[in-house]
Amino acid sequence: MSIPTNLKYSKSHEWVKPEADGTVTVGISHHAQELLGDMVFVELPDVGRKLKQKEECAVAESVKAAADVYSPISGEVIAVNSPLVDEPGKINEDAYSAWLFKMKPSNPAEIDALLDAAAYTELVESEDH
Amino acid sequence: MLKMTPLNQTHRDMNAKMVDFGGWDMPLHYGSQLDEHHKVRQDAGMFDVSHMLPVDVKGNDVRGFLRRLVANNVDKLTVSGKALYSCMLTPQGGIIDDLIIYFLTEDWFRIVVNAGTADKDLAWMLKQRDALAPKLEITPRRDLAMVAVQGPNARAKVWQVIPNSQAATEELKPFQSAIVGDFFIARTGYTGEDGFEIMLPAKDAPAFWTALHGVWVVPAGLGARDTLRLEAGMNLYGQDMDETKNPLESGLAWTVDLKSERDFIGKQALLDTNVTQHLVGLVLVDRGVLRGHQEVIGEKDGVEYKGEITSGGFSPTMNQSIALARIPVQIAVGDEVSVVVRDKKLRAKVVKYPFVRNGKVLV
Repeated sequence: MSIPTNLKYSKSHEWVKPEADGTVTVGISHHAQELLGDMVFVELPDVGRKLKQKEECAVAESVKAAADVYSPISGEVIAVNSPLVDEPGKINEDAYSAWLFKMKPSNPAEIDALLDAAAYTELVESEDH
Repeated sequence: MLKMTPLNQTHRDMNAKMVDFGGWDMPLHYGSQLDEHHKVRQDAGMFDVSHMLPVDVKGNDVRGFLRRLVANNVDKLTVSGKALYSCMLTPQGGIIDDLIIYFLTEDWFRIVVNAGTADKDLAWMLKQRDALAPKLEITPRRDLAMVAVQGPNARAKVWQVIPNSQAATEELKPFQSAIVGDFFIARTGYTGEDGFEIMLPAKDAPAFWTALHGVWVVPAGLGARDTLRLEAGMNLYGQDMDETKNPLESGLAWTVDLKSERDFIGKQALLDTNVTQHLVGLVLVDRGVLRGHQEVIGEKDGVEYKGEITSGGFSPTMNQSIALARIPVQIAVGDEVSVVVRDKKLRAKVVKYPFVRNGKVLV
């Protein structure tokens, strides 16, 4: 599966979609769900929670293991994808549409510093070998 | 260098995700572990279990040797082909391994042991053989492959594939086996479903696997094997028990014969032991996933207690999390306990396992 070029990525395998209104949408990458296997449980942050970059903020559990999700940037949680809690398998079906939460960035410069698709592709390939 | 079963290339050809399982290169899944799990509960799946080791014990009075070697009583094996599940214990009562013994003839029994313990099991058996019955021949059978075909339709599919097997195995009851040509067919398994475990010459394994696939038996990996056995409430060696635990605190008292006069290795230690902990089932009430090594805590009659999850995970059949846990014997079925998961205490109910048998939820 190709890595979407309109998204940014963290080294810990979250994707970030900058929206037109200045907010961002966050999920976990296709590569991350592939490593984890069938997802069975998702725990999302509370709306209103203020996160620092790289702070543990959600949990994605598969049949195999629990994985922490880290906030790719600093900011406030403004929405969560609640239906995902009942259907965590959506992440396996399409990791880039099964978003976890939306944030209002407190330091937009952090977004620019994230990996672009090419750099993230390189990271994934280096982990595969 | 990882060890490989005779089906290694076959798994790769079927796009298996391979993992290092105790030094063996084994399939974890072939795409979706959940789908494989459901297929076994509803239809038929097959597992490569060739990493497990069959050991043949041959000679005069094998039975006498096994009476001493294992905790269950081989005198229960009266009909040829009958199988017995047992623990093999240290003199201190710790579990060296759990295994299945097949009685074939008075001078030939076959024991199937776990992969991760195979070397130490064999060394232990040889040591006891030298001391107790030096004339017996003990032969590891790495020349055999082993395939478990499990599920409500498993037996019928095997009959389609192995010529003349139906007549020879249709009447087998659970824990009975028969030899059909080059195939050793046992009505046993590790999933809580009907089916067979089949030993065959290693060189024939890829063709057999492919033939089963041709009658729509789906390949299933170690991932599904683990969730199926957990639902079935079957212990996994190295997780739910090891040499520091005895069968009485591992939910395996039913496999230990303390009544007969027969002496076996570990018996005296078991008679002397004061059992303070037992293995129970847990069903998670809150949302989350129970995992091995999570701490179980609670209070009963004003006394705080602690225990530990030995195996935990998500039950695909029940669509919630379940676990096996070792907790003080005072905590019984129906009680509620707390499990420490990350920074939270989640509520779980103590239940009698198995959780699932023959496709039905029992708790």
